[in-house]
Amino acid sequence: MLGLIVRRAASSLFTLILISVVVFAGLEFMPGDACTAHLGRDGKGAVLEACRARMGLDAPPVKRFTQWAGDILRGELGTSMQREKPITEIVGWRLRNTLVLSAVAALIGIPLAVLLGIIAGLRRDRLFDMAASGTALVAMTIPEFVSATLLILVFAVGLGWTAGVVTIGYKAPLLEMVSAAFLPAVVLSMVLAAHIMRMVRASVIDVLKSDFVLMARLKGVPQQQIIWRHVVPNSLLPVISVIGLTVAWLLGGVVIVESVFNYPGLGRLAVDAVGDRDLPLVQAIALLFGITYVVTNLMTDIAALLLNPRLRTYRA
Amino acid sequence: MTLLAIDGLSIAAAAYGPDAPPVIDGISLSVAEGESLGIAGESGSGKSTLLLAMMGLVQDGLHRTGGKACFAGVSLLDRDDRELTALRGGRLAMVPQNAGTALTPSFKIGQHIDEALRLHTGLAAVARTRRTVELLRQVRLPDPESLLKRYPHQLSGGQLQRVAIAMALAGEPQALLLDEPTSGLDVMTQQRIIELLGEIRSQRAMAAVCVSHDLGVLAQLCDKLAVMYAGRIVEFGEAGRVLAEPRHPYVKALVASVPRLSSISLPRPIGGAAPGLSERLAGCSFLPRCSRAGSDCTGQQPPLQALRPGHLVACRYPEEATQAATSSPAPVIARPAAEVPVLQLENVTVSYRRSSWLSPQQQPPAVSGLSLTLMQSEILALVGESGSGKSTVLRAIAGLWPLAGGSITCSRAADEHERRRAVQLIFQNPDSSLNPRHRVEEIIAQPLRLYFHMGPEEIRATAMRHLASVELDPRYLTRYPAQLSGGERQRVAIARALAAKPSILLCDEITSALDVSVQAAILHLIHDLSRSQGVAVLFVTHNIAAAAALADRIGVLHEGQLAELGPTAAVCSTPQHSYTKTLVRSARAWTDQLPPVS
Repeated sequence: MLGLIVRRAASSLFTLILISVVVFAGLEFMPGDACTAHLGRDGKGAVLEACRARMGLDAPPVKRFTQWAGDILRGELGTSMQREKPITEIVGWRLRNTLVLSAVAALIGIPLAVLLGIIAGLRRDRLFDMAASGTALVAMTIPEFVSATLLILVFAVGLGWTAGVVTIGYKAPLLEMVSAAFLPAVVLSMVLAAHIMRMVRASVIDVLKSDFVLMARLKGVPQQQIIWRHVVPNSLLPVISVIGLTVAWLLGGVVIVESVFNYPGLGRLAVDAVGDRDLPLVQAIALLFGITYVVTNLMTDIAALLLNPRLRTYRA
Repeated sequence: MTLLAIDGLSIAAAAYGPDAPPVIDGISLSVAEGESLGIAGESGSGKSTLLLAMMGLVQDGLHRTGGKACFAGVSLLDRDDRELTALRGGRLAMVPQNAGTALTPSFKIGQHIDEALRLHTGLAAVARTRRTVELLRQVRLPDPESLLKRYPHQLSGGQLQRVAIAMALAGEPQALLLDEPTSGLDVMTQQRIIELLGEIRSQRAMAAVCVSHDLGVLAQLCDKLAVMYAGRIVEFGEAGRVLAEPRHPYVKALVASVPRLSSISLPRPIGGAAPGLSERLAGCSFLPRCSRAGSDCTGQQPPLQALRPGHLVACRYPEEATQAATSSPAPVIARPAAEVPVLQLENVTVSYRRSSWLSPQQQPPAVSGLSLTLMQSEILALVGESGSGKSTVLRAIAGLWPLAGGSITCSRAADEHERRRAVQLIFQNPDSSLNPRHRVEEIIAQPLRLYFHMGPEEIRATAMRHLASVELDPRYLTRYPAQLSGGERQRVAIARALAAKPSILLCDEITSALDVSVQAAILHLIHDLSRSQGVAVLFVTHNIAAAAALADRIGVLHEGQLAELGPTAAVCSTPQHSYTKTLVRSARAWTDQLPPVS
């Protein structure tokens, strides 16, 4: 069991190394470099040489990679030329904001999805199931920028309950950030919940057909206890890994939602950095997204290991 | 006093509309206190539907069209689940067919039994734990205290079946319903479970109803026996009587199709196939397969009448009590005398050990030091329980798993490609070994295209010939596997193997998923094919009686090693190894009471 976790963590580490290589190589193969991007039309001759020397871009690629990777291990992500600040300083707060947004979305979406999925599965093909499954299908299909715009139209413009865009700064206190994240989080949780709900529903339907549920009936277990003791725990196990994947996907979805709501997070920063051709910053953000994805997946796998008796008691 | 009474019960498939053909049709049965009843039948006979109805359950897709089922005066089918919870698992308990899937995977063993005790006894938590340990000890499970904390997947099939029995006993039932209590278990485990059930019954004076396709299990467990065919009871009486002197033509044929060790010869198959749900006749359903039928067998089903007190038969022309079999046994073709070796295994060792730098693990090899020679047109049976390495041997011969040591020589194959053709493997379960999206023609065409590069016309002609050799009609060419019965599917799988013109046929438990009468037919087919086409057959099975019926020689595998190898007659009459002795003893435990095949 411990061996499994160690093995799983080792393969995650390997994935992270691969990601860093790919991110570095991606920028390396692009025409030009950070200095030509930064200097634009001035980027020639002595000015360019000086910039390259300052940024250490005149060294061979392998040396620059080890330098970059070593800095990351020490917790330094480099310097943004455009913003003339260390990247760690720019990214830090915004990473917190994005995590707040994702957490609020997950806290709204996951419990809702699990609950709806269980009820829809138990009442298969009845009115509630058809309504819930139909809504989920629609929620999955509508792109975030459409649903975000619609929500702004209804709740901000129409009802006036909340502001349409986030106006607070990126260093706002946590509590303010949470309340600002609410509407964007609702948009994110719609798609998230739809995916998870459909999985839970399918899993519940599967388990309802299983021999052990029939056996529980024949053993005289009352219906309510069959559902909460036999059906639900066993139908949620296979869903855990899907929940993990969907949460990891959330981090991709934030790019769009943060832009629409002007939310001061990592996603909007990524869009801005690309617009400014701030290559070191783009590189750092890409790496951060990669790390978050891998860590989320690792945590899901460990959770699945701990919750599933079949895996938990596995002896290597 | 009557405990369980079924009266004229009919259940039909809802999807077929108001004129639905019944799944079970006008069943009347009763079980008195302390009595045990066996219900025998092949797949599709409706026996499981009947057993569930006795628990007050009609499955989704089925509905009751008439009659009733009562337990101790309570009508079971007129109440909903809520009213039956107190009864089910309490005074009326059931042991499921496959405990491996019937136990909730997230529940510990202790929780399973504790739940039954909580629902059906007034015991407090501490007393329940004590009682759980007691019950586990009663079903002879070792170290019950540590078992409480374990999960179902950590136990073997036999142990799980014992847990399921303990769970059923928790509510102190007056009647215990057993659904195929031993199917899927090894012969030895099966024998131990049967002994345990007999023991429990004698201690508790509890009534039992046991449903099985295995006449042997029923002969050992039950006083009374009802045999079902196409949803109806065709014969009922004292279990020993019915098996020793079957009077219904179907029951007689069924008994004759059981391979037995007392007279080593191929069992006699029943011609034709059991009717599907929509093919059931208004008259006697066995009519198309019956050799005794008269003109009045059509139109109206024969009533279940007493031939003598306590022995009921639903047939207008019952067999005579002492009459010889209606047809002589199929002629057995003698084996050609010439001994030409086609396959040689020398000191073969196969290991599933998979070690990597992260987890070096040591496991004993699955097969070690196995040597044997297979002659042309010889049938060699390999017998052993699960985990004995018998399937591993086949995989190694087929080249699906590398050898850890020793050598396998196939004298008919010059290279690897030739060997793939010359050695053909037939799998246990034809449901999963045939591509469900391919028609029979395409299934047989694949080896023809691969090995002989035939064109479409030639393929059709050859496929038809191969179908004929497995006794299937050419019109099966256009059917999909789902449109065939289990036995027909296995025939198609055999035809596919034959299409490669093999010199060696590897059969991996090919009859164990089939009904006993279908098994008899497949055994015949394999025998005839081997003799007429000179194919050598390696027949792997856990059923020593089936092995004895078919094979020229028998090899017994035990823990990855060849415990015994010799001519069939010698191995069965004077087994040497202790494992073989137990195997032969448990196989003979009941077949000896069957009438000899004449």
